[in-house]
Amino acid sequence: MNLNATLVAQLVVFFILAWVTMKFVWPPIVKALDERAKKVADGLAAADKAKADLALAEKKVVEELRKARESATDVRAAAEKQATHFLDEARADAARIIAAAREQAEGEASAALQRAKEALRDQVAHLAVAGAEKILRKEINAQAHADLLANLKQELQ
Amino acid sequence: MATGQEAAHGPTSGEYIVHHLTHFNSTGHAQQAVIDWSVWNLDTLFFSISLGVVMLFFLIRAASKATSGVPGRFQAAVEILVEMVADQAKGIVHSAESRKFVAPVALTVFIWIFLMNSMDFLPVDLLPKIWAMITGNEHAYLRVVPTADLNGTLGMSIGVLILCLYYNVKIKGLGGWIHELFTAPFGSHPLLYPVNFLMQMIEFLAKTVSHGMRLFGNMYAGELVFMLIALLGGTATVMGFVGHIIAGSIWAVFHILIVALQAFIFMMLTLVYIGQAHESH
Repeated sequence: MNLNATLVAQLVVFFILAWVTMKFVWPPIVKALDERAKKVADGLAAADKAKADLALAEKKVVEELRKARESATDVRAAAEKQATHFLDEARADAARIIAAAREQAEGEASAALQRAKEALRDQVAHLAVAGAEKILRKEINAQAHADLLANLKQELQ
Repeated sequence: MATGQEAAHGPTSGEYIVHHLTHFNSTGHAQQAVIDWSVWNLDTLFFSISLGVVMLFFLIRAASKATSGVPGRFQAAVEILVEMVADQAKGIVHSAESRKFVAPVALTVFIWIFLMNSMDFLPVDLLPKIWAMITGNEHAYLRVVPTADLNGTLGMSIGVLILCLYYNVKIKGLGGWIHELFTAPFGSHPLLYPVNFLMQMIEFLAKTVSHGMRLFGNMYAGELVFMLIALLGGTATVMGFVGHIIAGSIWAVFHILIVALQAFIFMMLTLVYIGQAHESH
């Protein structure tokens, strides 16, 4: 452990090494580190933004979905209402038509009955007169008894 | 290492240790005077400069390939070191302008000392033996751990001292700094001027000497323990062999901690001392 000129040499070497490091080593590495730190920070910020955007979009989707569901419910309710309405109308129409048809049929039937009754009555009167004529041909003078026959006919009606 | 066949004329334990603790210097023999400015420790210079160049080679390679994109493993490793040093510097030196130089200094110090300390992991006899074979001189001296040389560590700590003085003058102005030398730490009073000045001088001296001595002591002791363990194996007995393996493994594992820790401590103290130069008392 003697001291000698090596000490001075080491001193000089120390400064040369330090100077070279300062000049050629430190700046590029620190620059790269700072740049990377900035890149990472930017990347993280972008990721955060993307995450926020995604949350926003999801919220929007939920909102839209809710709206769509609501409007679908409305449409279905309206459709059901309309269907019921149509059905009721159709039912009323049908009832009306049936009633009208029945009324018409009944009217026709009663008219036909009336007609048939009258025809029958006519025929019976004729038959009765014809029968009475045949029976009373000789005894009854048609003209003399015309009033009687007319009365009879009247009664049969 | 060479143990059995040299047993006949092998060195004694004392000779072995002394041999390993003697530098390969410009005189060719062990330095006699405690301080002799005409002597150069060529081994320390060679290994410290080589490791410094290796360090710069890798750092510059990493720096030239540095991109802000996805880093490779090597780039990531360098970046981890740079980040660590930058964070420490930011917490200790509160001047962005000074940090432009101080932080690279800290990075250099950390990696360079780590590499120099790591020379301790090589088997203690490996490089000296190769050196002896190259020179053909069985007694060629070579020490491979530059931080186990007081010149190496004091050289760096005096470098840090110079930086401290530089920043003292730069931040406080020459007048401001001289004023501080005489008025801090005890206060501004003519009677206290000599005391303050003495305290300041002691502080600078103690900082620098302890800074360099701490690293040197740790690495020197570590190296010495490795030599003692090698001596244990050098007895070429079963006990010695087993002891060498067990003790060598434990000490090497423990030494990984010391190597990294001492490099880190040296770096942190460099930052702390320079940071102190920025603060007014």
